[in-house]
Amino acid sequence: MNVLVYLIPVALAFGGAGLAMFFWAMRNGQFEDLDGAANRILIDDEEPKE
Amino acid sequence: MTLSAVDAVDFAAVDLAVLAHTRLTVPGIRCAGCIAKIERGLRNVKGVDGARVNFSAKRVTVTHDRALDAEALIAALEKLGFEAQTSENNSHDQSDIESRILLRSVAVAGFGMMNIMLLSVSVWSGAGGVTRDLFHWLSGMIAIPVVAYAGRPFFASAVLALRHRRTNMDVPISIGVLLATGLSVYETLTGGEHAYFDSAVMLLFFLLVGRALDSAMRGRTRAGIGSLLSRMGKSARVVAADGTTYSVPAKDLDVGMVMLVAAGEALAADGVLEDGRSTIDNSMLTGESIPQAISADDLVYAGAINVSDPIRVRVTAASSDTVIAEIAQLMDEAGQSRSHYVRIADRASRLYAPVVHTLALSAFVGWMIAGLGLHQSLVIAIAVLIITCPCAMGLAVPAAHVVASGALAKRGLLVKDGSALERLAEVDIALFDKTGTLTLGQPVPELDHLSNEQKSIALTLAQSSRHPLSRGLARALGADGILPATVSSLSEKGGEGISGSWVATRVALERADVVGSGLSTTLRIGEDRIAIPFADPMRPDAIETIHALQACGIDSRIVSGDRALSVSAVASELGVVGQGELRPDAKLALLDTLKAQGRRPLMIGDGINDGPALAAAHASISPSSGSDISQQAADAVFIGRGLMPVALAVIIARRTMRIVRQNFGFAIAYNVFAVPLAIAGLLTPLIAAIAMSLSSLVVVGNSLRLARNERARPS
Repeated sequence: MNVLVYLIPVALAFGGAGLAMFFWAMRNGQFEDLDGAANRILIDDEEPKE
Repeated sequence: MTLSAVDAVDFAAVDLAVLAHTRLTVPGIRCAGCIAKIERGLRNVKGVDGARVNFSAKRVTVTHDRALDAEALIAALEKLGFEAQTSENNSHDQSDIESRILLRSVAVAGFGMMNIMLLSVSVWSGAGGVTRDLFHWLSGMIAIPVVAYAGRPFFASAVLALRHRRTNMDVPISIGVLLATGLSVYETLTGGEHAYFDSAVMLLFFLLVGRALDSAMRGRTRAGIGSLLSRMGKSARVVAADGTTYSVPAKDLDVGMVMLVAAGEALAADGVLEDGRSTIDNSMLTGESIPQAISADDLVYAGAINVSDPIRVRVTAASSDTVIAEIAQLMDEAGQSRSHYVRIADRASRLYAPVVHTLALSAFVGWMIAGLGLHQSLVIAIAVLIITCPCAMGLAVPAAHVVASGALAKRGLLVKDGSALERLAEVDIALFDKTGTLTLGQPVPELDHLSNEQKSIALTLAQSSRHPLSRGLARALGADGILPATVSSLSEKGGEGISGSWVATRVALERADVVGSGLSTTLRIGEDRIAIPFADPMRPDAIETIHALQACGIDSRIVSGDRALSVSAVASELGVVGQGELRPDAKLALLDTLKAQGRRPLMIGDGINDGPALAAAHASISPSSGSDISQQAADAVFIGRGLMPVALAVIIARRTMRIVRQNFGFAIAYNVFAVPLAIAGLLTPLIAAIAMSLSSLVVVGNSLRLARNERARPS
């Protein structure tokens, strides 16, 4: 059962990392514009020459 | 290369100190092309550092030099072909913050639930002694902060309800969660056999998912609807005694001031035209698309748009005394009655909470009398509370609502919130406004008698004018695939028309000579004059919609502010009863009479004059082409030329309520089975966890049926 000493902290750390990532993503505005990203893929990178 | 890079860095360093952010609402963003056009176009404007389009919110955030103001940015966007308004609130608004808090809570509860489950499963599968105690300790250490964080939305709402001596769904939830956590802590400290940390956290997680869904649904619709009164002039140029002009904000305007209103500008106050003549677009106030000619001493109202010539207007009523402000006031009062509507979930919890609390209490008292001892009796009472906690109920309503509103959004109807869906399902009579609601509200020309050459000349002329008739003409001709002819030296004269020369012939689009016989314009080529009549056609599926409503047992009526004659013509075409010449307060009175008769009216209208009626009706729908105010007052907004979304809204809302009732039925049936187990003291944490997840899955699954039905049905 000694393996639990490692496994439980590892499980908690993974979960915590996921949670931290989600919080970061929210603060970073990743969920602000969910439909925009789907449309942006259609925009050409090269700007039309004026 | 190196040099320019250095330049760029220098430039950025200088800029950073003076950069400002401005948010603009641009309703016209519809595709990837729009995003690219706006972002690139704005970056080319001098003083603009960057622009970022938020497609979902139809918003542009511009980073720019402080020297540049919002007006200049709006003008730049106009040049790109987009109508823009400054965003009312530059920060996140209330419900935005609420849905963020809910999402965070869902994430925290989800994290806690997964980890505690991991530990609980080992306890269930027989871990004993020190291992079990250790796992309970660990679970407790995870659960306590998680409950404290993720439970806040429920605790806050429960406290608020209790403070007002009411009870809502959140009271039994809060009591259940807190008692379960408290008992589990006690069990852990005394090395007991059962801890309910997993149940408490799982309950929170499922309920939070329901709340988050509910708030996501409200957020989605809000984006599509403009802000109240945003079209009303925010400031006016006032002429001083010495003839100079200065800008005055709308709220500081005073009776007697003289405003100079440029062509294309919205009036900021009610007033009388001093001199000159012009045409004004009153569609914001009346929903009528046809511009009105005005001359000296005519009354004009705030919110109207001056179409052709610059005019001087002497203010007769300003800020809160304007007609538009009075209508807004009327609407506010009318909306009060609707806020008394009690949502189905709250109605259910009013019956539910006392029953649950009585059951738990009587289980406790019963086992005490039976001589089981304080501790054991308390465990059983809490088990009853946990198992009856309305997990499935908390999900039953939002899950169905979200699926239904998603299905409706695909068909062009945006529902504002769940309460709107509930009320839509209950309506039994539909009242339609005429202009702009049953009809398209846009002038459409009759062009069959024109030759292609005449058409292409007309197109060139119409394209160069911003007059509503010209726009309608250009739209219709463009749709026919007509190519514009080459017309040179175009000039527009307000109130007269637009003229130019084509192959050395004078051509013009002019005001019609004949007055009275409806709306028309005259195309002049040399000496030839060709009349182009306009009509405001009915929406293509108006009759089908009325029939579809009839099939649901809903009668339709027309209530309009338009002339009785034209109303009765439309009414007989549709085969319904029609009333014309109704003022906003008359519409309101009609609604009150209907309500007094026990009817539940659905109001469909687009003008500001419909605003009070829209706010007072049991449920209301407005077309997206309608005035901002009507969209604000309505429960739902439909997009496009068809009227069918109105009938679909009622049909789908009714189907949704059927699903909601099934969900409730299921939740109750589940309790009927589970509660006796809990009262008998046979409930272990394992059974509680399984029962809770199963009931939630069934409810969500049942709600998803709504989406499948919608897909299977041909549109």
